[in-house]
Amino acid sequence: MLSLLKSMPGAIELGLIYALMALGVYITYRILDFPDLTVEGSFTTGGGIAMILITNGASPWVATIAAFGGGAVAGAVTGLLHTKGKINGLLSGIIMMIALYSINLRIMGKPNVSVYGIDTIFTTSNVLVVVVIVVIVTKLLLDLFLHTDLGLSLRATGDNERMIRSFGSNTETTKIIGISLSNALVALSGGLFAQQSTAADISMGIGVIVVGLASVIIGEAIFGARKVFWATLAVVLGSIVYRIIITIAYRVEWLKASDLKLITAVIVIVALVVPTIQKSLKQKKLARKRSAELLTDPVQRGGGQ
Amino acid sequence: MLNISKVSKLFNPGTVDEKTALIGINLHLKPGDFVTVIGSNGAGKSTLMNIISGVMRPDAGNVEIAGDKITLLPEYKRSKWIGRVFQDPMAGTAPRMTIEENLAMAYKRGKPRTLLLGVTPAKRAFFKEQLSRLGIGLENRLGAKVGLLSGGERQALSLLMATYTKPQILLLDEHTAALDPARAELITALTDSLVHEMKLTTLMVTHNMEQAIRLGNRLIMMDKGRIILDVNEQRKKELTVAQLLNEFEQISGKKLADDRIVLG
Repeated sequence: MLSLLKSMPGAIELGLIYALMALGVYITYRILDFPDLTVEGSFTTGGGIAMILITNGASPWVATIAAFGGGAVAGAVTGLLHTKGKINGLLSGIIMMIALYSINLRIMGKPNVSVYGIDTIFTTSNVLVVVVIVVIVTKLLLDLFLHTDLGLSLRATGDNERMIRSFGSNTETTKIIGISLSNALVALSGGLFAQQSTAADISMGIGVIVVGLASVIIGEAIFGARKVFWATLAVVLGSIVYRIIITIAYRVEWLKASDLKLITAVIVIVALVVPTIQKSLKQKKLARKRSAELLTDPVQRGGGQ
Repeated sequence: MLNISKVSKLFNPGTVDEKTALIGINLHLKPGDFVTVIGSNGAGKSTLMNIISGVMRPDAGNVEIAGDKITLLPEYKRSKWIGRVFQDPMAGTAPRMTIEENLAMAYKRGKPRTLLLGVTPAKRAFFKEQLSRLGIGLENRLGAKVGLLSGGERQALSLLMATYTKPQILLLDEHTAALDPARAELITALTDSLVHEMKLTTLMVTHNMEQAIRLGNRLIMMDKGRIILDVNEQRKKELTVAQLLNEFEQISGKKLADDRIVLG
């Protein structure tokens, strides 16, 4: 029990780093309603860019910002494939994910780059403090962006595309911007993760999309998602809760470390299925109640508008 | 204001399913004209709306608004001139966003969208004032999600969003057809007052014959992709539903067939 508590700060730290990635997934999956698999590649792109720049003597902060930029480019390409190339959304993400595998190897030069003994953004200060600040600032900037005129049209693109087009938004452009911003955040997360673990690995992005989905869904299930401010906060907290669940799962004796991805998949399945069942049960109960009411009071009008 | 000349549109050209949606349509609207459009199934009313708004491009002919030739412009670029309300009350608003956010998006119709805040205190006051014109209490629910509103409320909001920035052309595509009679009447009355107050040049497709006669200063009737009857303001004042049906039969040689027609 004590060792579990001791591992909590690490879990929270990791949860916060991954929260940036989860915010990216939130933009595509929730706001744009576009399941984007590019993130599996762009997470590694971010890690690779950060590591290579740092080992070549760049300032860690510059390297971190470059990681953000690299993700933005990758996302923009996915957006272009989908909107201008008219390729199915899921497929354009998969194509980019595969393409990024080779590109990431080119960036890193080899499958694994480590920066042991070289300064990262975490060298001189406490990891948790730095990560908390970066996540809060990013979250607030994202909230602000989503309330600008451009941000509103981005949200409307996922909510009612026909409507926002009739008011003059080029929804192809808003989609490209959204997917680009999403992958920029994912790559930023990858850049931070690589610096925290002092290494980038070609396979570090595998399964990231499911972790992102799990965070978004767990966050919504526990903390709700009424307004943008609360929705993004829920995503961040969801990412932390996810890490805590994983840390606890590691303690279960009959589970192996290699079961991690299976556990994640199960968490996502439960988080997706349970609300659907709850909703349909609630609906049925309400319908029964209303029809019983109408039967006992035939004068009363049903439903309203 | 709106000038449509020799516009034609075919669907599935050259196949067994070829259909003439519009053939050689000429229509000219003066500033402030409020034209109602009626016609049988497949007459081309919706296609005409889609050609004007840019959802479809004509195979031949031209569309001009206020002197600008817009025939080939994509839909999102035309919104600078055009306000639109759809038949489906769900189509004109974003349900997961608030009333004020929806109004803020409509406020920027046809203008560049930047990184400035969408809803500012000054705009909020303006939105409140505009919403109060609808007279259904929405001005007190600025922060409510639009998905929580009823169909009638959503359509009233859509109507306000399409009109309050004074578009050169207002297109109403059977915008009361999906509502129950009481709410349809409310939206009709709102339409009439908003169009008059702001002197909007309006084209309204309707299935309600009585409404088509009562509203606006001109009525056109379409059949098989053509405009077969054009009633001016003076004649329209004395027109009855029976006369209109009779006229249709005489010109087209058949009864007016429309699954959803409402005689009024």
